[in-house]
Amino acid sequence: MLEIKNLHARIAEDETEILRGVDLTVNAGEVHAIMGPNGSGKSTLSYVLAGKDDYEITEGEVLFNGENMLDMDPDERAAAGMFLAFQYPIEIPGVATMEFLKTAMNAQRKARGEDVLSIPDFMKRVKAAASHLNVSMDMLKRPLNVGFSGGEKKRAEILQMSLLEPKLCVLDETDSGLDIDALRVVSDGVNKLRSPERAMVVITHYQRLLDHIVPDVVHVLSKGKIVKTGDKDLALDLEKHGYAEYIDTAA
Amino acid sequence: MNATALIKHTQAESNLLDRYQSSKDGLAGSIAVSELREAAVEQIRDRGLPHRRVEEYKYSDLRAFMKSAAPLAAAADEAVAKAILADQNSYGDLERYQVVTINGVFAPDLSDVDGLTGEGVVISDFNSALKGEAGAQLLRSPKSAANDGVIALNTAFVQGGVVISLAAGVEVSKPVELVQIATSEGAQVSRTKVTLGEGSKLRLLETFAGETGNGELNAVFDYDIADKASLATTRLIAGKVDAARLFTTIATIAGEAEFKSLGFMAGPKFARNQQFIEFTGEHSEAKIYGVTMAGGEDLADQTLIVDHAVPNCNSREFFKTVLDGRAKGVYQGRINVAQHAQKTDGEMMTQALLLSEEAEMANKPELEIFADDVICAHGATSGQIDEDLLFYLRARGIPEDEARTLLVLAFLSEAIEEYGEDDVTDGLEERVRDWLAGH
Ligand SMILES: Nc1ncnc2c1ncn2[C@@H]1O[C@H](COP(=O)(O)OP(=O)(O)OP(=O)(O)O)[C@@H](O)[C@H]1O
Ligand SMILES: [Mg+2]
Repeated sequence: MLEIKNLHARIAEDETEILRGVDLTVNAGEVHAIMGPNGSGKSTLSYVLAGKDDYEITEGEVLFNGENMLDMDPDERAAAGMFLAFQYPIEIPGVATMEFLKTAMNAQRKARGEDVLSIPDFMKRVKAAASHLNVSMDMLKRPLNVGFSGGEKKRAEILQMSLLEPKLCVLDETDSGLDIDALRVVSDGVNKLRSPERAMVVITHYQRLLDHIVPDVVHVLSKGKIVKTGDKDLALDLEKHGYAEYIDTAA
Repeated sequence: MNATALIKHTQAESNLLDRYQSSKDGLAGSIAVSELREAAVEQIRDRGLPHRRVEEYKYSDLRAFMKSAAPLAAAADEAVAKAILADQNSYGDLERYQVVTINGVFAPDLSDVDGLTGEGVVISDFNSALKGEAGAQLLRSPKSAANDGVIALNTAFVQGGVVISLAAGVEVSKPVELVQIATSEGAQVSRTKVTLGEGSKLRLLETFAGETGNGELNAVFDYDIADKASLATTRLIAGKVDAARLFTTIATIAGEAEFKSLGFMAGPKFARNQQFIEFTGEHSEAKIYGVTMAGGEDLADQTLIVDHAVPNCNSREFFKTVLDGRAKGVYQGRINVAQHAQKTDGEMMTQALLLSEEAEMANKPELEIFADDVICAHGATSGQIDEDLLFYLRARGIPEDEARTLLVLAFLSEAIEEYGEDDVTDGLEERVRDWLAGH
């Protein structure tokens, strides 16, 4: 589903290289976890996948279901099934959450040549997803993410993900800021979306999340490169011993 | 009449002076009104059209803009007016009364006179009133802009208008839409007088339809709001028009009264919406909102003076401007607080969103405070669309144009929502979309 080959990316503004040759293949049905120290480039990788133009690709390629993803606009990538749950979801005052959800869902459907949703159908889907994720309808009446607590913002991201039904879900530290109960609710929400047709990349610092969302593969990203790949036990090992060992190998 | 001009007249100024000579016999009014008209023409003769060296017109040089001045629009054509009226429908299905003027002159046949009379509203012809004993009082100038050039142009040429009077306690159940229709090319000069008796209540919608060719449109609205009365006005200035569009509000607000207004502007090449608001009684409130869009080479000017001449009044001024192309936006707002106007609460904010590199905003919020026990604040911002917000929306599958539209709407909606009047402002979103798609 996702093939990243020797990806190099730098910050467009000052040309600082952040990703220094990332290789990663994620197949449909798999869940990959990416761990790594602060500043190693995890969020940058997720932004590059989503199409943020703060970054310049200097080398390498990204194929999404065989197509060159780097040529696509962010909205085209979304319509093709790419979804990024942001590490820091943005507040957008003046844009009503429901209006936003409807616009996003229908824009993707239009781009794929599908019919737009009727209002009742749309409402039904939102209500169902919201109740699964413990998101109150009250929250959805507010402008997008405005005044949401840290944890509420993360839940709202997963709500969007469930409604948009993407093929590739990239979750950037979705666990940070969640209380213990919310972590379970969100993880359940994510697990419900696991399917043989869908792939997930879960960026996290903590083993705790991976107890709930059990990964097939775990990677360590350090200084813009994947320096170690293993199974779910790698996360346990990292939890105990930290990154020191792997970072040294990278140097 | 015998004075030699102090300035060299532009083509437009010569046209205006000729226009006055050729049309003055047909313009209505008592002797006192004629004198006011003469004095106004004298002012135009002596000072010319307002230009950039007049402080209030520094950013909006009407003299440079008006290359010529068309004659006054000819007599009304009711059949054409009917067609335009049926066609324009600014407020869709909204339940409302309509009061119509054609080429500045009151058209009772096209107006809901019976319905309004039934509600206790007296609607009459401005020209008839102008001929009466108190005619000259209908042409009052605001204290804060006694010699304003645009008002002088109006006084000199006013063709007619409507007088709307609410007796004490009258609350009109539906909004009243005042539709000013142009059925032929030429200048349209009108004046509306609205008198709200004690405790009365009115929601007014001001719309403009039809073409004026190269004739300027000059509409003055004079609101006289008595104690405990409440007036909300929504002014809709729309359409791509090449000639100057000039709008003036004069409002006096007595005690414990409320005045609220929204000036929505999108489309004209040169538009100025100037408002002069004065508190004359205590414990009153004025909320003034502006939503402006300008693109191409347009100039859009929102000018405002709020006079806190008495203590204990609140005013809120909130203006939003979206500019594209090489457009120029102007906001000049001043809150005056007189020395004895203690406990004044004034809060002014003007915000601009620039969609292009070349668009330009002149933001000039000012406070002039002579009292010591007041809460007054003002602020001004000017910025571009936030790329992070744009990316977030696009990452959810919303194409760039639509995402930008959503963010522009979000920016403007803050002012529209604070204004309230949801039933009236419902259609504005569509207008913003249309403007974004076609300016
Ligand atoms: N747009 C940008 N402008 C400047 N610096 C940037 C930008 N994006 C990323 N960086 C820098 O690139 C490095 C990698 O950042 P990134 O956010 O990808 O790290 P991360 O692995 O997600 O870290 P964390 O675990 O703290 O979330 C950091 O040093 C960061 O400061
Ligand atoms: Mg990060």
